[in-house]
Amino acid sequence: MGAAPASRDVTSYGMGLAAPLALFFLIFFVAPLLQLLWLSLHNDTAGLHWGLGQYLHFLTDPFSLSVLGSTLLLGAEVTAVCLALGFPIAWLYQRVGPKLQTIIILIVLLPLLTSVVVRTFAWIVILGRQGIINATLQSLGIIDTPLKLLYTQFGVVIALAQVQMPLMTLPLITALGRIDPNLDDASCSLGAGSWRTFFRIVLPLSLPGVIAGCTLTYAAAITAFITQSLIGGGQMLFMPMYLYQQASTLQNWPFASAISIIFLLAVLAVVSVFTTLGRLSRGYGGA
Amino acid sequence: MAGRKRTLESFSFELVMTVIALIALVIIISPSLVVLIVSFTSGFSLRFPPPGYSLRWYAELWDAWQLHFAAKNSLIVALWATGLSVVLGVAAALAISRSPTLSARLLDSLFMSPLVLPALAFGLAALMLFSLVGLPVSPLTLVIGHTVVCVPYVVRNTVAALAQLEPTLLESSAVLGASRLYTFRRIVLPLIRPGIIAGAFIAFMSSFDNVPVSLFLRDAATDMLPIRMWQDLEGKLDVTIAALSGVLIIATVALVAVMERVTGLSRRLTN
Repeated sequence: MGAAPASRDVTSYGMGLAAPLALFFLIFFVAPLLQLLWLSLHNDTAGLHWGLGQYLHFLTDPFSLSVLGSTLLLGAEVTAVCLALGFPIAWLYQRVGPKLQTIIILIVLLPLLTSVVVRTFAWIVILGRQGIINATLQSLGIIDTPLKLLYTQFGVVIALAQVQMPLMTLPLITALGRIDPNLDDASCSLGAGSWRTFFRIVLPLSLPGVIAGCTLTYAAAITAFITQSLIGGGQMLFMPMYLYQQASTLQNWPFASAISIIFLLAVLAVVSVFTTLGRLSRGYGGA
Repeated sequence: MAGRKRTLESFSFELVMTVIALIALVIIISPSLVVLIVSFTSGFSLRFPPPGYSLRWYAELWDAWQLHFAAKNSLIVALWATGLSVVLGVAAALAISRSPTLSARLLDSLFMSPLVLPALAFGLAALMLFSLVGLPVSPLTLVIGHTVVCVPYVVRNTVAALAQLEPTLLESSAVLGASRLYTFRRIVLPLIRPGIIAGAFIAFMSSFDNVPVSLFLRDAATDMLPIRMWQDLEGKLDVTIAALSGVLIIATVALVAVMERVTGLSRRLTN
C-alpha cells in the first residue's frame, strides 16, 4: 500500500485501510451467508445428506409459493403508493422557499429515524376498531359497525407506505433538484401545458431518482417484519415471518435456510432489475 | 415560474400536485402526533381522542423495570456497535472513496449490501455460524451482528463527505511539508467530521431500533427494547407502550434537531 506513486500518495489512502472491515465482513457476513447456502442444500437438519429437497419442498408447496407471491405483491403495492404520494412532495419541495424546504425535509426524515415499533404502534391506534378512522366515520354517521382495517391488506399497505415513505422521497428530491428549471419554462413557453410538461419532461428526467427510490422502498417493504406482523396479524403471512417461524418456532434450520436463500434471490432479482433500468434511464436522462 | 401563463390547465396541475403533497405530508406526520396525544390519556384504552389528559402512563413508565432493563441493553449494544462501525467504517471509507479501481467498487458494494439484503436472513445465518463455532449468543454476538447492519451508514456518509473534499487541500498540505498523519488530523478529519457524525447517528438509531438481527443473536437474559415493545404489542394493547413511544418520539425529535445543527443532516441526505 505504500508503493503507490508519490503523485497519488497524498490525495488517496491505501486500500489497506479497508482491510479490517473487509475481514470483519468476510467472517461475520459472507461466511454466515455461505453457511446458510450450504445448509439449505441438505435434506436433513444435521447437514449430512446433500440434496435439493428443501428447495423442491418450497417450490412444490402451494402454501409456500403463495407466501412468496403475496410478499412480492405487497412490495409492489407499497412502492406504487409511495411513488404516487412521494413524487408530489418532492415536486412541492422544489417550489417553496428554503425555510419550508427544511420543514418538509424534517417531516419526511422524522419517521425514518423514529422507531419502527413506535410507528407501527401508531397505525394500530389509527386503524383499530376504536381507532381514529372508525371513530370519525361512526360519529359522522357514515358507518354503523366499525370497519375492519387492522389485519387487512389495505392496513398493511398504508402503514408500510408511511413507514417507508422517506426512502422514496429523499432520492426523488435529489433527482428533481438536478433538473434544469429552464427546461420546465422552455417547455411551457413552447406551448406545452403543465401536465404535458410534467409527463414528457420532468418525469423522464427524474427517472434515476424514481428508480433509486423504488429499489429502496421495495426492498424495505418486503423485509419489514415488524409492520407486516403487527398490522397483518396472524392471518396474513409474509416471507420474513414465515422464515422466522420455521427457524425459531419449528427449529427447521435447513428449510428456513432455503426460505432465506429464495427470499435473498428474490430481493436481489428485483434490485438488479431496477439497477438495470436505472442504468438505461441515466443514458436517457443524460441525452 | 415567472412569466408563465396562468391558464386553467396549469392551475389544475399545481392544485392536484399540491393537494396530494399536503395529504402525503399529513399521512407521514400524523401517526407520531396521534401516539403523542394518546400517550397523555387519563383512560385505560387507546381510544382517540382520549377521554381526558394526564401524565399517569408516564408515571407508570417510571416503575416499569422490565422496560428500563431492555432500554439499558439496547443502549449499550447500540453504543458499542456504533463505536465499532465508526472505527471500521471510516477507515474503509478512506480507502475506497478516492480509488477508481475495481476492487474499491466491489468492496463498496459489499459494504453496502446489508442495506438491501433481508436482515432476518442475515440474523439466522449469523446464529448458525456462531453455533457452529461454539460461540454462544451474548451481548458480544449482538454487537457483532448490529455492526454488520449499521456500518453501511457510516461508510456511505463518510464516502460522501470525502467526495466533497478538495484534493488540492491535501496536496498543498503535503507541499508545505506536513506528514500524511498530520494532514489527516488537521485537515481531513475536521472537514469530514460532520459526515462521520451524521453516519454514526443514523447507525446508532438503526441499531437501537433493530429487531431482526437481535431476535436471533440475543440470549434469554438480554432483553432488547424494540423486541420487548413488539412482544407487548402482540399480547395486549398497553397504554404504557404509548407513553414509552412518546418518550422515544420526543427523544428522536430532539436528537434530529441537534444533528441538524451539528451536521446539516437534511442537506446531507438529499445531496
